[in-house]
Amino acid sequence: MAAGPHRAIAAVFNIERPKLIASLTRIARDVGVAEELAQDALVTALEDWPENGVPEKPGAWLMLTAKRKAFDLHRRKQMAAQKYNELGRDMREEESSTPDLDTALDDDIGDDLLRLIFTACHPVLSQEARVALTLRLLGGLTTDEIARGFIVPEPTIAQRIVRAKKTLAESKVPYEVPHGEELSERLATVLEVIYLIFNEGYAATSGERWMRPELCNEALRLGRVLAELAKDEPEVHGLVALVEIQMSRFAARVDANGDPVLLLDQNRARWDRLLIRRGLEALTRGYQACERLNRLPGPYILQAELAACHARANKAEDTDWAKIAGIYGALGVISPSPVLELNRAVALGMLMGPQAGLDIVDALAKDPALKNYYLLPAVRGDLLSKLDRKDEARKEFERAAAITQNEKERAVMLRRARTSS
Amino acid sequence: MRFMIIVKATKDSEAARPGTDEMFKAMADYHEELQKAGVLLDGSGLKPSNHGWRFTWKDGKKTQTDGPFAETKELVAGFTLIQTRTREEALEWTKRFPNPGFDDGAIEVRELYSLDDFDSPEIERFRKMEMKSQQ
Repeated sequence: MAAGPHRAIAAVFNIERPKLIASLTRIARDVGVAEELAQDALVTALEDWPENGVPEKPGAWLMLTAKRKAFDLHRRKQMAAQKYNELGRDMREEESSTPDLDTALDDDIGDDLLRLIFTACHPVLSQEARVALTLRLLGGLTTDEIARGFIVPEPTIAQRIVRAKKTLAESKVPYEVPHGEELSERLATVLEVIYLIFNEGYAATSGERWMRPELCNEALRLGRVLAELAKDEPEVHGLVALVEIQMSRFAARVDANGDPVLLLDQNRARWDRLLIRRGLEALTRGYQACERLNRLPGPYILQAELAACHARANKAEDTDWAKIAGIYGALGVISPSPVLELNRAVALGMLMGPQAGLDIVDALAKDPALKNYYLLPAVRGDLLSKLDRKDEARKEFERAAAITQNEKERAVMLRRARTSS
Repeated sequence: MRFMIIVKATKDSEAARPGTDEMFKAMADYHEELQKAGVLLDGSGLKPSNHGWRFTWKDGKKTQTDGPFAETKELVAGFTLIQTRTREEALEWTKRFPNPGFDDGAIEVRELYSLDDFDSPEIERFRKMEMKSQQ
């Protein structure tokens, strides 16, 4: 084995881990216990495989081993408690089917994975906890990797995950996929978690590192997995489309000095055509799902359509600004926000000239919600500079530089301020 | 990291001999697993080389040759493009690839260059540093 047996086993484990935890949680009714059982199975594999060789079906082997451990654990608990409980009934059903290597993976893992995703993103948890737990249980990232991704100390993440597991256990959160009206609400929470992970990597809000590709790729992978599990849900495809298309610009987003390059200035030859194609296909699947359910496109599909408008334009000048302004309008109908309005101002500025954009931006300037939003002065500065009002533009860029937490963005704003005098 | 699983041609694939139901099922199951794991990016089978053509350059001069081509084992019959977090994960996934041929079959796995391999900001900076140190 070229990579050494331990690294090869670790690779198998990384691939199988979410499935193991998903199935074990159904048996053990506790994600923390499930994680430990999966880990125990790994330890057994590390002892067994180097000696006896890697089994033909390593995933099934791990699953069977972990399930046996779950039964052992249960038996010990039972002996201590001397009574059957609800947990026991499920156990006995599992046990009576006497799992072997061929059936160990035959249960519908998909359903369990979906349950696990909904559990990790459960509303009883804080948003931070959902993100950390999702990355840990479904992404298989270590607490250290999560901590580095979010630039927080490792013990903070470890604590967060421990507490999240405890909260889930104490709240007796059922291990299930929500139904009916609850489903769309809960699904929105899941999508939010995935998009948050993506955004954290894509546009870091603090620190020197502009992008963290690992987080982006993990969010993309989670989205793709979810799209397979929940094919009927339009917004899942919308999210995947959005993330695929945004990710297609990854390499074009920074210049040779590591400074951010604005969308319209990017070298489109560096956009990843494969990801664009995948994104557009996901978007089509989203629209088809909308049609089947007779639903209007939701916010993720609309945002993906925005990204698609840019992706379809071979040159920045070819951008369909009328359509973009329209989509911002539609998004504003779903949930009005001054940030959307600011974006609509940019689109209208491109469509009808800078003054049209500036009129909207000026109306927004008094909105307290945008008080510390660096893109407001950044956009205003841009429109002013197009109108040749250099002095005013410079002041706006300086203001934007003072507001932003991101050093790279600050550098861009200061550079624009310097060139606006 | 992206890897291309290249399926090599066989005399059967060159003769457009369709695979058995079991072969199709194994291939479909495998790709479904990749898809469910969020690992599959792209993939396709290729028609035999008698549907293709070649351009070769010799001493800068270009010549066109139409298929079929003789060196069957060197030909490509299909590809699957995957994305994994590590090289080891890619190796593990490719271990599970079913035999694409009837008896004899071969796949070859190659890592794709990413743009980062050429001109990431970091590499660009290293290049500049190297240039300076050599002056």
